[in-house]
Amino acid sequence: MSATFVPRAPGAADGIRASAPPDLAIAEPLPDIIPPRKARGRARRLVARHPGAVIGGVLLAVVLAMALLAPWIGTVDPTALSPTQRTRAPSALHWFGTDLLGRDIYSRVVYGARVSLVIGFSVAALASAAGLAIGLVSGMMRRADGIIMRIVDGVMSIPPILLAVALMALTRGSIGNVIVAITVAEIPRVTRLVRGVVLSLREQPYVDAAIVSGTRPSTVIWRHILPNSLAPMTVQATYICASAMIAEAILSFIGAGVPPSTPSWGNIMAEGRALWQVKFTIILFPAIFLSLTVLAVNLVGDGIRDALDARMAKDV
Amino acid sequence: MLGIIVRRLVATIPVMAVVALCVFSLLYFAPGDPVTIIAGDQASPADVARIRATLGLDRPFLVRLGDWTWRILQGDLGTSIFTNIPVTELIAQRVQPTLSLMLVTLAFAIAIAVPLGVAAAATAGSVVDRSVMALAVLGFSVPVFVVGYVLAHVFAVELGWLPVQGYTPIERGLGPWFANLILPASTLGFVYVALIARVTRAAMLDVLAQDYVRTARAKGLAPRAVLFLHALKNAAVPIVTVIGMGIALLIGGAVVTETVFAIPGLGRLTVDAILRRDYPVIQGVVLLFSAVYVLMNLAIDLLYTLLDPRIRY
Repeated sequence: MSATFVPRAPGAADGIRASAPPDLAIAEPLPDIIPPRKARGRARRLVARHPGAVIGGVLLAVVLAMALLAPWIGTVDPTALSPTQRTRAPSALHWFGTDLLGRDIYSRVVYGARVSLVIGFSVAALASAAGLAIGLVSGMMRRADGIIMRIVDGVMSIPPILLAVALMALTRGSIGNVIVAITVAEIPRVTRLVRGVVLSLREQPYVDAAIVSGTRPSTVIWRHILPNSLAPMTVQATYICASAMIAEAILSFIGAGVPPSTPSWGNIMAEGRALWQVKFTIILFPAIFLSLTVLAVNLVGDGIRDALDARMAKDV
Repeated sequence: MLGIIVRRLVATIPVMAVVALCVFSLLYFAPGDPVTIIAGDQASPADVARIRATLGLDRPFLVRLGDWTWRILQGDLGTSIFTNIPVTELIAQRVQPTLSLMLVTLAFAIAIAVPLGVAAAATAGSVVDRSVMALAVLGFSVPVFVVGYVLAHVFAVELGWLPVQGYTPIERGLGPWFANLILPASTLGFVYVALIARVTRAAMLDVLAQDYVRTARAKGLAPRAVLFLHALKNAAVPIVTVIGMGIALLIGGAVVTETVFAIPGLGRLTVDAILRRDYPVIQGVVLLFSAVYVLMNLAIDLLYTLLDPRIRY
């Protein structure tokens, strides 16, 4: 047995090698097991793993900035009429051209981001809150469940757009009314989801344990049921936000949405409807912005879903 | 089987009752008093009261609801305030274009989406899979009228291959009828294809991981036979379910598609009724569409028993 094994500190190999007898075999130094993390590497990995979510997040941030900074990025007052400049093609003065009344489409599109985002986020928040409350009651109280679910089934069998349209027929067009109409149409779906989650959570051992150990029902809901139903709720909320933006555009497009003077993407397209065969750009620009914004919200939603549920992420 | 059908039909009664209640409340709470419109400006308060009594509008909510329901059950949906034509007649005039549009869309969407979903699942992780999934995300993000205008602009206005707008009744020949439906059906089908393809893929991935699929492959069955005979058949239940649920999307989309392509169907009737605040028409259309949706999903429930003998009602 030759004395080949010398215990040594890592990195000392060179020193030993220099002074060691020529026949001494020395192993190569071990590489560091954990490579040092670079901040840039982390960001790159995030992009590589969730390219959609990152693209969606960036797009959404851009639209958000556009909405907030509208008065500074818009070139002209979006409601200013200029009868001599009607239906102009895109030019240096009017980047996206002008509409039937000579209003600048670029400025209207920029301001339109506000309407879409406000409606999308408000509907998502309101429908989630209402659906969460009703769903919790339905899932926790056997007696209320039957009645609530019958109503939910009934309301859900009215196609949501049709329900929103019918509600809008009852009131004047305004952003608030549009939010209420779309929210009412979305609540049943959230209620269903929350109830399902609550019913499955109620069967969990830790909920049983909490009940058995004498925790008050309100505390069980607050501590155990509510926090655990928030994850699927959040994913659903982003999808509601996306579909609310589309719903607003549809309502405005058929003339049952926000008042025509408000620059919303649906309204701009509604105004372009009469001339779409000759002046396609009037419809094209708001259409692109609407689609990109909805896409961004959907991608962010997919990202959240992937982060919260790895199994679902693989399949759907 | 007959027993099952009857039992399921009875189960839809409470659902339709809620729908009817919603729809009736719509008319009940509608702003504007039809009596003052009918009576005109010259009418005295006594005249208004008399007309109100003749029309039965002075009775309480529940009595009117009962009366209204009774008339609906007899097939009377009321009369349009604007045109004075019975709502059932208006609907009958407009039903063919919408029915054609929906059926063509349904047929073509299923014919495209299911193979796409199967292909994506069979090649999970590949370029094909990724493009199908990207298409699905796009389908959910691009609103139906945007798809409509872009398709119409490219294929009808720029290329001139297809008619731009309008509808040709089927009586005037299958060719023109179909030519007019290609663009609207593609428009309406876009989001539907996305939905079905996505669910087909997920259902197929689930089934393809099962033991009997591995057995079928191991005993040397052709990959195609495994995919379509063994796997797809067992993935059918979720696919059929989403086809049924998606009909709500289709109905909402039809309203918009008919506006874009100037198709004189039920969707257009709805839009016109809303712009004129013609409440009986709105009521009738909402009721009709909801009934169709409920009955379609009932039919799909019954289809389950054929697709999967383990399901019993």
